[in-house]
Amino acid sequence: MNTIVQVEGLLKTYGATVAVDEVSFDVQEGEIFGMVGPNGAGKTTTIECLEGLRKPDAGTIRVLGVDPQREVQTLRERTGMQLQQSNLPERMKVWEALDLYSSFYPKPADWKELLVQLGLEEKSDTPFAKLSGGQKQRLFIALALLPDPQLIFLDELTTGLDPQARHTIWDLVRDVRSKGKTILLTTHFMEEAERLCNRVAILDHGRIVALDTPVSLIRDLGAEERVVFSVDGGLPAEFEKPFTGAARVELRGEQVTVRGQNGRKVPLVSEVVGQLTKLGIPFRDLRTEQPTLEDVFLKLTGREIRE
Amino acid sequence: MKSLLKMTWMETKLFLREPLGAFFTLAFPLMMLFLFGSIYGNEPTPMFGGYGTIDISVPAYTAMIIATSGLMSITITMAAYRENGVLRRLRTTPVSPLVVLVSQVIVVFAMTSLGMVLLIVAGKLVYHMRFEGNAWSVLGGFVLSSLSFFGLGFILASILRTARTAQIVGMVLLYPMLFLSGAGFPRELLPEAIKKVSTFLPLTYVVNLLRGLWIGQPWGDHLLDVGVLVGMLVLGIIISVKAFRWE
Repeated sequence: MNTIVQVEGLLKTYGATVAVDEVSFDVQEGEIFGMVGPNGAGKTTTIECLEGLRKPDAGTIRVLGVDPQREVQTLRERTGMQLQQSNLPERMKVWEALDLYSSFYPKPADWKELLVQLGLEEKSDTPFAKLSGGQKQRLFIALALLPDPQLIFLDELTTGLDPQARHTIWDLVRDVRSKGKTILLTTHFMEEAERLCNRVAILDHGRIVALDTPVSLIRDLGAEERVVFSVDGGLPAEFEKPFTGAARVELRGEQVTVRGQNGRKVPLVSEVVGQLTKLGIPFRDLRTEQPTLEDVFLKLTGREIRE
Repeated sequence: MKSLLKMTWMETKLFLREPLGAFFTLAFPLMMLFLFGSIYGNEPTPMFGGYGTIDISVPAYTAMIIATSGLMSITITMAAYRENGVLRRLRTTPVSPLVVLVSQVIVVFAMTSLGMVLLIVAGKLVYHMRFEGNAWSVLGGFVLSSLSFFGLGFILASILRTARTAQIVGMVLLYPMLFLSGAGFPRELLPEAIKKVSTFLPLTYVVNLLRGLWIGQPWGDHLLDVGVLVGMLVLGIIISVKAFRWE
């Protein structure tokens, strides 16, 4: 495995605000590396420093082995970038944008193939302003793939898209990765990070507060698992007896929620079902809820609203 | 080189797809020509030194096109590209900012020239316009005037933050200048006091130079005009290259 991106002690301040506070991480070849965090956590600033669009105040960055500030031309020829808040001229057509942008690179990919690959064939003659949000993002992915890059930056790719468009984009991103490319993305959808990324860095206040695979993050930091079911005739008090300490029982109307710490010896669900059977309590609609990356995220970054 | 060609061709198409810009550069001056031509015809009059209304209007309207191109087309396009993130998107590619600037100059210059050609053709065919100058001199004066006004446009675009303010500032500068400099209608019709004001307007020097060269006056008679326009051009290049911002 080659290291594609190496970041050490990256520091970036705007006036008195520290946007990125000594962040270090690296990205391996062929992985989808995600950065998640609340608004203002420093995700975009970090990615823009890696792209050479912003100059860090301190720290070292190597992207594809080069310093983005010094060899910005090399970087732009060998990486694809999709930015938050960028546009094409309103009346530029899809094929024209691909044709124009491919003239910027020494060895561009075939844009006609990209058009097919990204499902934009039928929109080829459509002006940029007439595209839907999802189509625009697909075009931006196509533009990012034009240099036939080793590394692709995707900044807030699916923000503002409907669920269908988002799932299409996820499939496309997986497709790109399967062709051996490395992807570094930012998102504030935890589901996106969980489904798409091999490794996730959670940023808050300019620092990385956790970095691991989504599965490990959930296993190590996931607060609890839950078993939820409904009862008709109320719950006898003795049901709660075994669930003390590590587990809690909550009754809301007909619905009962049993919460338990993660990583128990006996799975919480068998304990609950065992107890229900033993006491002969009729129940229905029983389901378990696993902690998600979102739970981990909220546990780490708190619930107060940012910005 | 390949990207400059592609970009220039692309910008040409975009220019022609934008009805407002194409109207003011190509159609509006022709409409003015036909309007005043139908009122005054092109008979020689002593007020215009023995030339007709059309004879002096074609170079003056050419100056009008130049000013519109510089202060409207370039200013608004560049400010909008920056505001909307079009330049930001380009910045992620290896393309040089010079390609962006130069392609813009080529396209707007080509459209300005086309506007002038339409005026000349209409003037010749419909009003038997007189031309006593040297075509190469006029072309030289036209290139100098165009580039120095484009420079002004790039300076404005780099100072102004949004396309909206660029449009407003461009119009506020452009319209009074069109009327007071002799581009919109002959300065001979203006009272003395207003003629004095016009010496402060850069467009006045374009009108003087083009009208002079048109009727065969030597360059030596227009050193002041040339000096002012060359000065503007140099300033324009220095400031627009230095102040160029992707975002």
